Amino acid sequence: MRPSLRLLDAALIERILAEARDLLDSLGVEVHNPALLETLAGHGARVDRATARAHLGAALVDRALASAPREFRLHDALGRETHHFGAGQVSFTPGSAAIHILDGETGQMRAPVTADYIRYVKVVSGLPHLASQSTAFIPADVPSRISDSYRLFLSLLYGEKPVVTGAFTIEAFELMKDLQLAVRGTGEALREKPLAIFSCCPTAPLKWSDVTSQNVVDCATWGIPVEFISMPLSGFMAPVTLVGSLVQHAAETLSGVVISQITRPGAPVLWGGSPAIFDLRYETTPMGAVETMMMDCAYSEIGHSLGLPTQAYIALSDAKALDAQAGLETGIGATLAALSGIDSVSGPGMLDFESCQSLEKLVVDDEICAMTQRLVRGIEPKDDFPARPLFEELLREKHLLIARHTRRHLRSEIAFPGPVIDRANRARWLEEGGLTLGQRARREVARLIEAWQPSALGDGVKRELVRRMEGEARRHGMDALPEREA
Amino acid sequence: MDILKEIAASLERGEDDRVAGLVRQALEERCAPLDILNRGLIAGMDVVGEQFRKREIFLPDVLIAARGMYAGLDLLKPLLAQEGVPSAGRIVLGSVRGDLHDIGKNLVAIMLKGAGFDVLDLGADVPAQRFVDAAQEHGATVIGLSALLTTTMPVMKEVVELVRARGLAGRVKVIVGGAPVSEAWAREIGADAHGYDAANAVERVRALVAAGA
Ligand code: B12
Repeated sequence: MRPSLRLLDAALIERILAEARDLLDSLGVEVHNPALLETLAGHGARVDRATARAHLGAALVDRALASAPREFRLHDALGRETHHFGAGQVSFTPGSAAIHILDGETGQMRAPVTADYIRYVKVVSGLPHLASQSTAFIPADVPSRISDSYRLFLSLLYGEKPVVTGAFTIEAFELMKDLQLAVRGTGEALREKPLAIFSCCPTAPLKWSDVTSQNVVDCATWGIPVEFISMPLSGFMAPVTLVGSLVQHAAETLSGVVISQITRPGAPVLWGGSPAIFDLRYETTPMGAVETMMMDCAYSEIGHSLGLPTQAYIALSDAKALDAQAGLETGIGATLAALSGIDSVSGPGMLDFESCQSLEKLVVDDEICAMTQRLVRGIEPKDDFPARPLFEELLREKHLLIARHTRRHLRSEIAFPGPVIDRANRARWLEEGGLTLGQRARREVARLIEAWQPSALGDGVKRELVRRMEGEARRHGMDALPEREA
Repeated sequence: MDILKEIAASLERGEDDRVAGLVRQALEERCAPLDILNRGLIAGMDVVGEQFRKREIFLPDVLIAARGMYAGLDLLKPLLAQEGVPSAGRIVLGSVRGDLHDIGKNLVAIMLKGAGFDVLDLGADVPAQRFVDAAQEHGATVIGLSALLTTTMPVMKEVVELVRARGLAGRVKVIVGGAPVSEAWAREIGADAHGYDAANAVERVRALVAAGA
């Protein structure tokens, strides 16, 4: 039996969805994108052009839900399948788009640069429980107008894992799509084997900006998967009750599914989000709050009830350092996410309200992911019945260390952690330097960077990536891209 | 209790729906409108602001008090026409071009209004020039800029440069805020101040206005 967590019963899910549909029909969504408003009108939405509101009736929503794929796959830069969303797997990806990096040497948060990003890609490449990279932070040493596409460029140049990313402007999408085309060769090949997922955010309450709605349209057009990131802030930009916030999340996300599916039926989507409570005391949006995590798991249940694969910003922390708070918030989040079967979990590495990435935290979080993935494999009988023969062997031999049963099942039954998790006795721990978690994590980061192997992507493709990125940099007044190590 | 103290106390207790009635009563008792404003409404809001800074009360408590204050102020406004309703200062506020994040900026606007500032909120995705145009047009002495994206922070620099180019430096101060924005960034681009949350923004803007006067 696969262990699972349930927060909502079927009747409550149904009611939440019914209320969300009512909001979409009666109040509508604001769409600041005239062309899209017309498309919506063409598909039967009642559109009020003066207020930019589109009222989405039941038929339109039903059609969109019917055409949204129940499952889809993601492939790495070399075309190998890495993800099968909708098949019950839980996969993890680093939290995306941080503003700062926590410097492992100084312990200070600072603006990241190209060298940090390359180190990051090398580390993620070597972490076995992170199935994709994300464009985890924004290098500050290139013009800001290309910094969103530049991270995708570095990810594709140095890493093979598929990428969870997003554009900050309508224009940036063009190059970000071209970079993926450079890897896959043709639009058809990219559609067949998606390489990246784009985050697209509605604005609470019930609104789509021109940028993010156009991103949804462009992604659907090219067959690039989208994760909708609805972000109700309970008690501030959304009802304070978790159910009320879930109604809002469902309405905003349903509207995203509609925009995607009228653009191209069958376009891949993840029922995602990043809701949070609002901590009135500090004016912050805590991702590590238990209520935030409860909303994530609950909306994932709602998404699954619609047959859609899901995503959430969970398994991250608001701590400012790699401390116990970082561990507990990330650990609880990852555990709940895995038990809820959230298909794509965004979070590892992240601190400080989604605003700071840490390479050291990333290697620790990879262990958390490993533990939760073991957890959801659950407890299954394996050559355990009848029990008597094995116990006869144990009584006879006085141990089972080299028993056939042990040798057959050891590796699959027990997931041994990597070197950042301390399992030595105290004497051995002292002998090995008495290292703290932070020190062990730093050592592991250094080891992973050392062990990194260049991406096996062809040299021709890499040159093409560089050519396209340099062209864009020149258009924005930068003659040469920052120095890059091998 | 002295009616003016009663007005202040009702703001502190969050009894916003009592404020208008008490102001009316004070007027009937022939209190001077300016006294009602200063020793009643503003005195009460000062206490509320202080409690908020010490985290003894939360943001909604401030908003409720502010609603009470404005209910009272509406009654006083016509009577203060000659003196004019004193304003703590006038500020133009917005999220910079390319940035659609406006939640933090909205909170700052709410708190500034609560503290008696005239706030002209230009919304989100505002080009540099509009900030400076608006400040000139409305005689604002402070421009408040919000950015949540690293990619939109450079617009803040454009505003600072435009303020200088138009010869307004010193007369129009620029304050910046938002998650990626720091004191160091403010210095780097030549902005006059940085604020890290809504209460802090009020303090910083007050200081800017005081320094400019
Ligand atoms: C909520 C949110 C959104 C909402 C915004 C809704 C809205 N109406 O504002 C939505 C979902 C729409 C959104 C969209 C996007 N977002 Co966003 N968002 C956030 C989030 C989680 C919280 C921001 C917030 O509201 N905080 C609560 C308020 C109260 O705090 P605050 O904004 O910091 O403001 C306080 C202080 O900073 C200060 N302050 C703020 N302004 C000012 C101004 C002055 C003058 C002063 C004195 C003080 C001051 O006082 C405020 C009150 O305390 C942040 C994460 C974070 N840590 O900030 C990401 C974040 C800022 N977003 C991010 C991104 C990437 C995006 C998108 C580009 C994603 C996408 N691909 O679609 C789009 C943006 C599109 C665009 N062009 O703008 C990144 C930024 C990355 C970067 N390096 O720049 C962040 C860091 C999250 C992440 N890691 O991905 N987002």
